[in-house]
Amino acid sequence: MSLPLALEISFAVVLLANAVWIVIAREVVAAVIIFVAYGLLLAIVWVRLAAPDVALTEAAIGGGVTGVLLLGAAARLRATEATAKPASVSTRLVAAAICVTTSCALAYVVGSLPDAAPTLAPAAMASLPETGLGNPVAGVLFVYRALDTLLEKAVLLLALVGVWSLAPDRLWGGTPELCAFPRRSSTLLLLAQLLPPVGILAGVYMFWVGAKLPGGAFQGGTILAAMWLLVVMTGLEDIPPTSRRWMRLLAIVGPAIFVVIGFAGFALANAFLAYPAGYAKPLIIVIEGTLTLSIAITLGLLAAGPPVRAQHQ
Amino acid sequence: MNATALFGFCAAALVGIGLYGLITDPQPLRKLLAFNLLGSGVFLLFGVVARRGAAAGLGGDPVPHALVITGIVVAFAATAMAAALLVRLFEETGHATLDSDAAQDGNTVTDGESS
Repeated sequence: MSLPLALEISFAVVLLANAVWIVIAREVVAAVIIFVAYGLLLAIVWVRLAAPDVALTEAAIGGGVTGVLLLGAAARLRATEATAKPASVSTRLVAAAICVTTSCALAYVVGSLPDAAPTLAPAAMASLPETGLGNPVAGVLFVYRALDTLLEKAVLLLALVGVWSLAPDRLWGGTPELCAFPRRSSTLLLLAQLLPPVGILAGVYMFWVGAKLPGGAFQGGTILAAMWLLVVMTGLEDIPPTSRRWMRLLAIVGPAIFVVIGFAGFALANAFLAYPAGYAKPLIIVIEGTLTLSIAITLGLLAAGPPVRAQHQ
Repeated sequence: MNATALFGFCAAALVGIGLYGLITDPQPLRKLLAFNLLGSGVFLLFGVVARRGAAAGLGGDPVPHALVITGIVVAFAATAMAAALLVRLFEETGHATLDSDAAQDGNTVTDGESS
């Protein structure tokens, strides 16, 4: 057995052990913390599968921001943990049978995939030079399947409106709070003072390099959101009230410019979301740049949850 | 067995583990966690298919990669929405359970205290 394969087997084993641990862990907070570790391990697996763009997204969103979000929810719901009645033995047995069957069916499918795997890679690479982009994943996201990316932004904004709507009427437009985290931790304070300059630079770089190399608006935006959450967690800055106009504008500016450029495509290139020849890359940079800011603010606000304090007039 | 197939079987197992947690765990927040686990298994299956489609000098098919990136972001948005719903359910009723019998009991207790 070669060394890389041994390494990959150990990754797979640790990943599965983490997954089992998440399901059987006694406390929700412990399960969430393992989930964060699981997300980072999964990111390494994505690198091994030659998908660095996905690895960055998984590490940043799947592990990082989802972890912050669920830790906050777990802290608020802690009182309900003790009263939960575990499922009966018969339910567990039936569930185990269903799950084993599902896994075996999927494993069979994986084992019997055709040897000549279907792929769109040559087609994606063939038209890439026309767009001026060097990263084929960015090409798929912003040229070939730009509509998916636009709709995904709409989903993020709808989720934000949904989360805010869950606040009682009197708190509408109030201030969300990350109450789950101790505010006086000196380690956290030091990190919150040291990391943001580096993190903001890394986030902007990741958006900028995304046209050519792995990276892009999603990954860059998430790092910016993480820096913001870190500062908010330590209490150095408060989250502004959700009624602030600049914050709402920032959340929609990226998708709005995306839509405007999309409709301009009718006039300039004869199709929705088509870019005029020669202008694809600058237009995509404008879209990605504003999307990075919108994604950062939207992800941060989604992780913070609905407003919990009324707005002070 | 090569590494891609290994991760494929790993993804199949992850879907099963996530599904088990989703069905058996009584706490909605942990169901949410298990659902994310299930989702990551499905994404990993996409990754395996993409890796097998390596061609044109790329390590994998970029189309499934882009789909998975979109999927991870949408999964986060759905998780945020679900977590907010759970917290609101708890604030309104004093419990966070999907078990309708337990929910009834909880309501009776709250009513008794207020009257």
